[in-house]
Amino acid sequence: MLSVSVAHRFGSFVLDAAFESAGGLTALFGRSGAGKTSLINAIAGLLRPERARIVVDGAVLTDTETGVFVATRRRRIGYVFQEGRLFPHLTVRQNLLYGRWFAPPMDKGPGAAGEVDQIIDLLGIAGLLQRRPAHLSGGEKQRVAIGRALLARPRLLVMDEPLASLDEARKTEILPYIERLRDEAGVPIVYVSHQVAEVARLATTMVVLNEGRVAAIGPTAAIMGRIDLFPLTGRAEAGAILATRVAGHDPAFGLTILRSAAGELRVPHLDLPVGAALRIRIRARDVMIALTPPEGLSALNVLPGTVAEIGRADGPIVEMRLDCAGEALVARLTRRSVETLGLTPGRLVYAVIKSIAFDHHAFAGTAPPSPGADAETRDG
Amino acid sequence: MLSAFSPEELTAIRLSLRVAFWAMLWSLPVGIGVALLLARGRFWGKPLLNAVVHLPLVMPPVVTGYLLLLLFGRKGPLGRLLAESLGIVFAFRWTGAALACAVMGFPLMVRSIRLSLDAVDRRLEDAAGTLGANPFWVFATITLPLILPGIVAGMILSFARALGEFGATITFVSNIPGETQTLPTAIYTLLQVPGGDFAALRLTLVSIAISLAALLVSEAVIERASRRAHGL
Repeated sequence: MLSVSVAHRFGSFVLDAAFESAGGLTALFGRSGAGKTSLINAIAGLLRPERARIVVDGAVLTDTETGVFVATRRRRIGYVFQEGRLFPHLTVRQNLLYGRWFAPPMDKGPGAAGEVDQIIDLLGIAGLLQRRPAHLSGGEKQRVAIGRALLARPRLLVMDEPLASLDEARKTEILPYIERLRDEAGVPIVYVSHQVAEVARLATTMVVLNEGRVAAIGPTAAIMGRIDLFPLTGRAEAGAILATRVAGHDPAFGLTILRSAAGELRVPHLDLPVGAALRIRIRARDVMIALTPPEGLSALNVLPGTVAEIGRADGPIVEMRLDCAGEALVARLTRRSVETLGLTPGRLVYAVIKSIAFDHHAFAGTAPPSPGADAETRDG
Repeated sequence: MLSAFSPEELTAIRLSLRVAFWAMLWSLPVGIGVALLLARGRFWGKPLLNAVVHLPLVMPPVVTGYLLLLLFGRKGPLGRLLAESLGIVFAFRWTGAALACAVMGFPLMVRSIRLSLDAVDRRLEDAAGTLGANPFWVFATITLPLILPGIVAGMILSFARALGEFGATITFVSNIPGETQTLPTAIYTLLQVPGGDFAALRLTLVSIAISLAALLVSEAVIERASRRAHGL
């Protein structure tokens, strides 16, 4: 569906990256300066690479071998910029409809008006239509920017750190809209970010970029569980992703029970129906290891598993991957603990996770957690 | 109130306004084009074009007027060409005064438009491109509205410069009452005749009033245009 291969030199920086995606949301993840934005600029035609072949939905947009370079305006790639880039002299409505003036006539047929309303509704911007961008909050601007890109009827949506300029509250406000976009709009998305939490929550496929090259590519859960990538994905925030379903609620204690292949987890109450699918992220630093099933312990979540892989020591810290009935879990321990416990690959262990560790960063699923699920402290 | 002025004075005032208006209007499209070339173009000889555009600002007006006379006079190469092919005559006509004023005000207009072009966030134009707009539509729907304050400022500057133009006008098209005698040249003439001081003073006050009004109106228009461009 999307096939990108780009080689370009900027001074001393060399971008040489290739990836493919079958749809859904593909995250380009990496530090700033890794070449993420250049890559999507090449897709959108804002950058003309020295060597490249870019194919979207069967259409060859750039091919330096055959000299093909489709102009930006004919590519139909919706671009959501980091700073929104709304046109300041136009109202929100005029901004939203800007791309429609130029859409091919066939896309203006009956039902087009319904589509506008649908997208306005999807993004929750019906109340803003008469305003000008100067009078919008950062979060509102980004939602309008997303709507503007979508209404141009793109074959692909590229988003360049659309949440980077927003505070935590605004991010939480927009994330559900991007999830709905991914699940309902049917437009493949390439999403640039350097935030692990965002990527864990949104991405179906993850491309890890490092110094202009692709370091790893694969399904998000698989990439997040790879401890050899921790230096790139960020040690402090690194964590595995677990697919779960809501198995039930425990109203007496205000808890929700989640079931995964690895076992059951008790987390602070979530406002979700039984059976709802939820992706959760368990950070390596929130996982403790026990050799025997622990007793007399306050932590509610104990998952049995085996040590699958022990990473290289980085000073006093060691990361390890556990295999819990086929699901990957990662843990971050001191080297001393690893030695005292005699942990080696193949060893049977118990992963212990405090329920309190499941704060709003942990829920990566399709539905946002209820406010009650936000634990006040992470490690209290 | 108009009766307070003699017919000759009224003619000079009307002519001044007409000359300034047409000078401003004709230099507008050319000014936008040249400003675009200077702000966006990359071509050989750009510094030279920039220098030529700014020459009237630094040359003595008499020199500019004389050059216009050489080029656009009855015997000048361009003057003859235009007269024979299009029937347009500049020499000793009010159109010549307008041409002289347009040339003198041109650098001011180009500067003003160019500055506002430099201030346009080109990333907005990229964004319009990703939404399917071709270069013409990007200019018409994004760039032009955003530089409107600069265009208005340039127009007013050109108009004000035209009202005050003296040297190039008198050199090129002389000082013919009813045809090329504008306010400044009328005032100059009055000062040459004994007892003309009072009439000169009245025209001076008119000149001040027109200039002041132009400035006040321009400030208001620019303020509004820039608020619109910034969506406030």
